[in-house]
This record gives sequence, C-alpha cells and structure tokens, in this order.
Amino acid sequence: MSWKTWSLKKSPWVFHVNVGACNNCDIEIVNLLAPKFDVERFGIKLVGSPRHADALLVTGVGTRQAAIRLREVYRQTSKPCVVFLIGACPCGTGIFSKGYHVVGPVDNIIKEVDPNAIIAYVPGCPPKPEAIISGVVKALSIL
Amino acid sequence: MNQEELNNRLSKIKDKLLAFEQPLDDRIIISCESEKAYALNQFLFEDIRARFVIITGIDADDCFELLYHYSYDQTGCVITIKAIVRDRQQPQVESITPLLPAAEWIERELHDVLGIGFKNHPNLKRLILADDWPEGVYPLRKEVKK
Amino acid sequence: MKKTLNKPVLAVGPFHPLQEEMEYYQLTLDGEIVTDIDVRLSYNHRGVERISETLQFDQVPFLVSRICGICSATHPLAYVQAVEDIAGVTPPERALYVRTIINELERIHSHLLWVGLGGHFIGYDTVFMWAWKYREPVLDLLEEITGNRNNYGNVKVGGCRENIQNEIVPKILKELDEIEKKTEMLTKAVLDDPIIHARLKGVGILSNKDALNYAVTGPTARGSGVAIDVRHDDPYAAYADVDWNVIAQPEGDVFAKAVVRLLETLESIKIVRQALKKLPDGPVSIEVKEIPPGEGFGHTEAPRGETFHYVRSDGGNRPVRHKARAPSYVNVPSFKASCIGQHVADVTLTLAAVDPCYSCTERLAVVDSQSKVILDYDALLKLSREKTARIKAELGAPEFKLEDI
Repeated sequence: MSWKTWSLKKSPWVFHVNVGACNNCDIEIVNLLAPKFDVERFGIKLVGSPRHADALLVTGVGTRQAAIRLREVYRQTSKPCVVFLIGACPCGTGIFSKGYHVVGPVDNIIKEVDPNAIIAYVPGCPPKPEAIISGVVKALSIL
Repeated sequence: MNQEELNNRLSKIKDKLLAFEQPLDDRIIISCESEKAYALNQFLFEDIRARFVIITGIDADDCFELLYHYSYDQTGCVITIKAIVRDRQQPQVESITPLLPAAEWIERELHDVLGIGFKNHPNLKRLILADDWPEGVYPLRKEVKK
Repeated sequence: MKKTLNKPVLAVGPFHPLQEEMEYYQLTLDGEIVTDIDVRLSYNHRGVERISETLQFDQVPFLVSRICGICSATHPLAYVQAVEDIAGVTPPERALYVRTIINELERIHSHLLWVGLGGHFIGYDTVFMWAWKYREPVLDLLEEITGNRNNYGNVKVGGCRENIQNEIVPKILKELDEIEKKTEMLTKAVLDDPIIHARLKGVGILSNKDALNYAVTGPTARGSGVAIDVRHDDPYAAYADVDWNVIAQPEGDVFAKAVVRLLETLESIKIVRQALKKLPDGPVSIEVKEIPPGEGFGHTEAPRGETFHYVRSDGGNRPVRHKARAPSYVNVPSFKASCIGQHVADVTLTLAAVDPCYSCTERLAVVDSQSKVILDYDALLKLSREKTARIKAELGAPEFKLEDI
C-alpha cells in the first residue's frame, strides 16, 4: 500500500454529497456527529469542500441533474480518495430503479470519470449509524 | 360555514359544471371544461375561502385532466375541480398563479412533465427536470415509457 | 500531508454545499438586503409518481415512505387512507391507535431535529448536540416497535403491519417522561433567553395574508396565526378520541414558529400517553382483497404540514395515477415572501424556519447578476452566527445561558 493511501486511513476527512436522497441516510450521517456516536473521537471530520476530503459519503439514488454535479465533485476531490456509497439507493437504486429521472447506480456514475475509483458499499435503508461506522472502518482497514 | 352550507353554496354553481360528485360526505369533485377552471378556482379561493392544496395532472387518453385540489379546513372537506383539457395537441389553460402564488411551482412542474401550457404564468421556466432533459419529452404522458 | 483549510470550517454538521455550481436557491442582494430569490429543483426528483404506477397497491407504501426520510410515517398513511376510502374499508380500532402513536413519535423526533438545526444556525451548537442526543431514545423506541429507526414500513391498506406489544408500553411511557422533562426545560430556556428573543423575533416574518396566498401548512402556517391542523380539521387515525390542542402563534416570525414546534412536541407527548392508555385490544389489520374503481384523497399532518395523496384506481391491482404532495412543496415557496427584504445574515434562519427537508437548506447561495456565487452557504451560516454574537455583546451576559444546558 502506498504512503498516500496509508495517510488517508488515519482520521479521514469526509465530504458529504446528496445525489437524490430522501434524507434518512443524510440524517443518520449527522447522527454520527451527535453525542451518542460521536465519530469525531476517531478523527473523522466533515469538511466543506471536496478538495479537502479523503473520502466522499454519497447518499441518494443518482438523479439525472445531480449526476452532473457528482462527477464534478469527484474530479475535484483530492486523490487518493475512497467513495462510500451510503444506503441502498447509491448501491443499486433500490426501489427507484424504474424512475425516469434516475441515472444511477452511483458506482456507474463515478466510474465514468474514473474506472479505477475505490468504492465501498454500505447498504441499508437507512444503514444504522453503527453500520456506517463499521463499513467505513472495514473499508479503510483493507486499503 | 358547516358542511351543509358548503354543499348549498357549491350547488349554486352547478350550471357551470359538467358533473358534481360526492363520493364521501367530505369529498366533493366538481368537473368542468378547462375554460371554466379559472373562474371556479377564483370562486373556491376568494368566495368559499378554501385552501389550495395542489394540482394533479393526468393523461386520460383522449384528454388531459387537471385536478385542482382544495381543502375547506373548517369542515375538513376536500373539494376538487376536475378540469378537462380536450386539445391534446396544444393543451392550454389559464394560469391561476396570478390569483394564487401558491400555484406557481406546480404549474411549472406540470408544464415540465405533462407539457401543459399555462397562459399568463409569470415564470414558466423549467422546475424539476434536469437541465439536459430533452425538450418535448413529457414523462407523465402515456406514450412515454422509460 | 493534509492541506490546511483557508476558511474556518465548523466541525459539526454536513451542511456543506458545492462551491462552484448552480445551487437550489439563488438570492440576489441590494447591499445587504435580499431583493429576489430564484429556485431550481431537480436534484432530488426521482419520478416517484410514475414508479407508483408500476407497483401494486400494497407495495406503494414502501415507496412513498422514502419520499422524505423524516416524514416517512405520514406519506404512506395519507396514501393508505386514500386507498381505504376507495375500497370503503375502515381499519380495526387498534390499528388507528398504533398509527397515531407512531406518527406522534415521529413528530417528536422531527421537531427535536429542527430545534437542533435552529440552534446550529444561530451558533448555539450545544443545543444542536443536546437536541440530537435526546432524539435517539425516540428512534430506539421506534426501532423496537417497528424494526427500523426510520422508514418504519408499518402502514398497509387495511391497518398496520406490526402491533405495539402491550409489554413495551411501560417502557414507552417512561421514555416519554424523560423527553417531556427535557423539552419543557428547553422550552422554558427559549422563552426566557433574551438573546434568542433578540435573534429570532421579527426575523423572517410571513404575514397572515402571505400565509394564505402561499397556502402554507403546518407550523409555518400556525406560526403566522393560521390555525389549521389536519388532525383537528379532518380527523384521521385516533386523533378525534384523544384530548389535545392546536398550537398557533400570530406573529409569523422565526420565534413564533420555534414556539409552535416546541409546544407541539409537548402536545405530541400528551397524545401518545392517552393513546397508549386507551389502546384497545384486537387485531391491527384486516384483509383487503381488491380495490374497486374510484378516486381517493388522503391527507395527514406531517411534522412539516399537510401531506396530501390522491389515488385513482380502475379496478386493477395498480394505481392508475398517484399524486403525492409533501408539505414542503407549498411551504418552501413562501420563503420568497418571508425572505425578500430581510438582511442576508437572517437568510439561513428564515429558510430553516420553514423546516424544509434539510438537504434543501444546504443548497443556498447569494449570486450576483452574472449568476456567480459571491456568498456560499458556509459564508451565510457564518453571517448568521456573527449576528448572534453581536446581539450577545449588546445585551451583555444573561443570567441563564442556553448554551450551558
């Protein structure tokens, strides 16, 4: 593993992107910061710009309008980075697969920009905060 | 006013209507030609003082239907104006946004997804379809499959 | 090596936008006063109404509860009520009570979420942490009852899918006592804190007339003196069987809306207690074999306002047409009326007071006449917090500090 990927394992800074979510996963992500789960003690921090992020937390199904935005965010994120797909929607569009405005799943959108993107899937609807933490830790430990 | 008074007030405009249905005590549907829709909306909003809820647009094969839903909160009655838009090639109806700012978004949405033209709408720009969604493709029309 | 940030970034809240692209809300300023707003939806548009037509009647509740994560009990309930009207069925009494209890528990945790956000926007991050901490027991209760913290999937045509086991009732009552104590403490603190008064009063006023023209609902309406509430006006579930009050305030500002939400949380606790006490025995669902042709109109009072569903059936097993209207669809446009003329530092707070689905709140920016972003969301948030700090300095340190809860 290169020193670059090693460096992002410790206290990853994450940028959250919503590409057409119902907000449940987004709220569970915010719950991670609340006192019960408090991920800041692991050094995980939410940042205001993709340029400062080591990881992207993507929620939502990948709507046509948001996909354009997501590709741009991914380009701007400093590499190497890990893309975490939080929830059933980005992992596979789930119940919205027949929607006319849906161009997901999100891994296809990301791979249009970077076929070698590092993508981790945390399914659930929404995944519980414990599941999100577990998914993030698991992914980082095998990097 | 109570439900009985409301029923009386509504029955006074029956001559403007194609049909008056009351599937439940507190659910009323009044059907009309699309040209009469504005006047009926004005009647419900200004005279009856009902609250605008939303507009449902339906592709009903040989015509379009615009259902203007109102809630009369004093009795919990939902009153729906069912306006029939017969021209399928160039469906047009008078916008109610100048009367009710609340209708601005839904008329823009119906313009996007059903291709209905709203005359005199102050801001008929694209609202919910993506910037790169093709013009002239109306996802809620029957002929459009995914 | 990590780059150092060239702008202070708050370590709380994922309310961070994309800096270099078209936002949801674009505000135009004249000096520091908002003169116009343009809105672009589309990012969250998934085409739910068309998807409904491909599902069977009993599959649709799972779809619509995912329209909005925090109103996920009210959407399926409004839909199911519309279908039950078409079919002419009434669910068993116990089901009506279970629906009431779950919807009110959702209202409690939704309002607490809002209180946290409101605190965040004015710089009271302790309130944010506190409110979100006290939401957790409610989510845990909902998980015990229905199997999920959100997206309960508990409503079906003809009743409920899961029962509330009698054994869990004492636990719910005990948690409610705790939450009530904390909510009362917070309500008192908000009503007593002079800084909160100075910061929220007179801000983002939605006049009574505008409230009617924009047809707003929920706390947005009740905070402007329009005392409407679907639970009272067109009672559904068990709301007509329990004793509770519609809370309304006349002023129309952010303070009024905050008071409405806090007092409503206490009313919700009252409702759940009564519903648990009166919970009748019996089944929680009846079988509904088919839906005849017809049209149904169902509405419920979500935490944000009226959720309305229209369903048309032609006798088959799928809806021919399904229209879902969330309360934010009428509440958010009223932002135009309450925001124009406001100072730019109050913009985040005014939008938050409407309580849109919160990822709408993060898509807020000020643009110049060439649509170039000159103040992004982070900058707007900072302005809001600076205003609070200025007010604090002017008023001096109050005796009771909300931040110290």
